[in-house]
Amino acid sequence: MSVSVQEADFDVAAEIQAVTAGRCDIGGLAVFIGLVRDLAERADGDPPGSMTLEHYPGMTERQIEEIEAEANVRWPLLATRVVHRVGRLEPGDRIVLVIAASAHRAAAFDACQFLIDWLKTRAPFWKLEQAGDAPGRWVDARASDEDAAARWQGSPPTAG
Amino acid sequence: MHIRYFAWLRQRVGVAEETVAPPAEVGDVAGLLAWLKARGAPYDTAFEPDAAIRVAINQVYARRETPVHAGDEVAFFPPVTGG
Repeated sequence: MSVSVQEADFDVAAEIQAVTAGRCDIGGLAVFIGLVRDLAERADGDPPGSMTLEHYPGMTERQIEEIEAEANVRWPLLATRVVHRVGRLEPGDRIVLVIAASAHRAAAFDACQFLIDWLKTRAPFWKLEQAGDAPGRWVDARASDEDAAARWQGSPPTAG
Repeated sequence: MHIRYFAWLRQRVGVAEETVAPPAEVGDVAGLLAWLKARGAPYDTAFEPDAAIRVAINQVYARRETPVHAGDEVAFFPPVTGG
C-alpha cells in the first residue's frame, strides 16, 4: 500500500515498475489514470479553463490509506498504489493514478474500480474551475459518484 | 480547539483556520456549529445548506452528534470532489 499526494506529474511506467520490481507473484495490474477534463463554462473562443485542486493535508493521506486497507480486506491484493495531484492543473493533465495488483485479473480490476470510486467520495479533495480572470467555480459533488461508491457497500469480494 | 475550513466554506468564512474557545456546554458538532453561527456574519450564513457541510474531527469523518473536546482539530468542508 502506498499513497502520494503531490503537485508534480507522475510517470505511469515508473510507477508500474516500482509496483512490480523484484517480484514474480503478481499476475496482473489494473491501472486507472484520471485526466482533467475541460468543464468550465465559457464563451466560444475563450481559452480552456484551468483546475485547481485543494486538499486537507494529513487527512487526505489517512483517508486514502484507509480505502487501500479496505480494498486489501476485500480482495487478495499483492500491491496497491495511489497518486493524486493537487494544485493547478490544465485540461488533459493527469490528475490521479490508481494501481491494483493481484495474482489474477478479477481482483485487480474490481479493486482498482473500488479504490477510485471510494476515493472520489471520501478523500478530502476539492476542485475549483477557473476560466480566464473569472473568480472560479467549485465543482459540485455528483450523485453518480455517490451511486458508484454505494454499490460496493456490503459487496462480497470477488474470488481471487 | 482548532477549526479548519476548506473550499467554498473557507472562502465564505474568510480564513482557512482559527483557534476558538467555545463554552463548556458546546459538547458536540451540532453544538459547535450553532455556537459558530451565533457569532454573526459571516458565520451565520456560511454553513448553508447545512446538509452539504461535512465535518472531520482530528482528521476522521464525524457526524453532527459526535462529541467535540478542547484541543480537537475540527474541520468543516463541502462534499469532496477529487479523483
